[in-house]
Amino acid sequence: MKHLIGLVLGVCLCAVGTAQAANEDPMRSPGWRIIEQRFFADQTVVFDDRVQVLAPQSAEDTFAVPGFVRVDGIEDIERLLVIIDLNPVQKVLEMDINEAVMPSVGFRFKVQQRTPVRAAVQTSDGTWHLGGTWVNAAGGGCTAPSTASADPDWAKRLGEVDAALWRRDGGVQRLKTRLVHPMDTGLVDNIPAFYLETLELQDEKGDVLSTVTIESAMSENPVLSFDLAVDGPVRLNGRDNQGNRFRALVQP
Amino acid sequence: MIRLLALALMLLPAAAQAYSLTPQQIAPGVYMFEGVTEHFTRDNMGDIANTGFIVTEDGVLVFDTGPSRNYGQSMRLAIGMVTDKSVKAVYISHHHPDHFLGNQAFADVPIYALEHTIETIRRDGDAVTDNLYRLVGTPMSGTEPLEPSALVTLGRESIGGRDIELIAAGGHGGAGHADLMLLDHGSGVLFAGDLVFHDRTPTTPNAHLAEWHDALNQIEQLDFRVLVPGHGPSARSADPVQQTRDYLLWLEDHLQQAAARGLDAAEVLYLELPERFQHMGVLEQEYRRSVAHLYPEIERATLQDARTP
Repeated sequence: MKHLIGLVLGVCLCAVGTAQAANEDPMRSPGWRIIEQRFFADQTVVFDDRVQVLAPQSAEDTFAVPGFVRVDGIEDIERLLVIIDLNPVQKVLEMDINEAVMPSVGFRFKVQQRTPVRAAVQTSDGTWHLGGTWVNAAGGGCTAPSTASADPDWAKRLGEVDAALWRRDGGVQRLKTRLVHPMDTGLVDNIPAFYLETLELQDEKGDVLSTVTIESAMSENPVLSFDLAVDGPVRLNGRDNQGNRFRALVQP
Repeated sequence: MIRLLALALMLLPAAAQAYSLTPQQIAPGVYMFEGVTEHFTRDNMGDIANTGFIVTEDGVLVFDTGPSRNYGQSMRLAIGMVTDKSVKAVYISHHHPDHFLGNQAFADVPIYALEHTIETIRRDGDAVTDNLYRLVGTPMSGTEPLEPSALVTLGRESIGGRDIELIAAGGHGGAGHADLMLLDHGSGVLFAGDLVFHDRTPTTPNAHLAEWHDALNQIEQLDFRVLVPGHGPSARSADPVQQTRDYLLWLEDHLQQAAARGLDAAEVLYLELPERFQHMGVLEQEYRRSVAHLYPEIERATLQDARTP
């Protein structure tokens, strides 16, 4: 009898596959209900371990924690969203995914405390698939926590864009870029919110491949990696929340 | 019964504060306290670094004071079990919290350090102490960062009948003279601080790799017979120097190769690590911390100015 129950349970689990029904957050985050209402109200959400977030278990520098989203085996993805549950600014970035832009992105983010880092990808049927990992923000000892790395020269260097392209396996082109921007959250006294708000990835002719919207949970001097399914030069067109424009042309 | 239990619970934190430190004699009159080759945890009470002392005719010279006031006090008690000489002076190898936070227990004697060490403790002492409270908890109670009281005089000097040399180098604690070593020429014992790790993965939060390699070369030229690394067991050879060098060379080359392939930092965290380093304590943890410390600069060198009007 026990074997039979086990078998039935096994079959049920298999039928559900790797995607788990919504509303029962497998990460058991205290912030999930708020995240759900804020970002996914009235939308279908499944927890799906094919959506993976690479991040350190422990943040060595809480002002710049590296994260990377990769998705394995989900078709028809149209949007990608990165959220830090327990941050005062929760959204890191949101971007369009299509035949030219693959559902993977590298970024650096700020953390305020131990928190889940989640990636959500939305497929063409409207369903959001969520995956994530916890990052501990207790710091790593033998270390001075970064005291807001205020670069005295930031105003002179604002808008510098460094970038490169790499040809990778399977016809994928990796774009990596670093922009000089303070990414102020507005949560520090007398320092208004000042951050890079959008970054368009364009082909050489200027046709938009993807629009990336960014919030101030992204680290100072953002470093971003994208995987493109198109060859050739890439143009970047950025704008911050005060209207400054940043343009770049990246040659392979 | 419940009252008894409550009493036991009340006593627990107090009992947890004492460190059981056993001095290991490594040469006549020269001792070390060996820390575990782990990361800071509540269980190990932060006792992860080596400290030591040398008994001279004029008193005891202490090298590093450990991670907490309680550790420093335990050290002083343990020294008292070995000699009736009083502590004459303390030397601090560098500014990392596992090496100087026992200073309060030695506030009555001169505590010597390099200028870099004193300045960095003044600037970052509170922050690194807070961090250790978070990681280690109760054993830290009462610990505050006490700045070394005097600038160390480098060079060779006869102290209480011993031929002591204080040597400055750099690369682990930072660039320039950021790491202090102590060589007792008579016994041949070298306290190398964190310039040398042994069977424990080196840490790099303030590393300047080129200078660290210079320091390792410099150490090999010194006339020592017993080497006390900052972390891991002592050795009667220069093997730990080579082990530290091998790991640091591999680490830099590995990160440069990853950057040359366009990998993102978070991808680099989870790359496979070589078999020959697997025996070193906390390899994965320290490697991942090193990615955070070193990769951003290495990665930047692979990007070119792409700005257009």
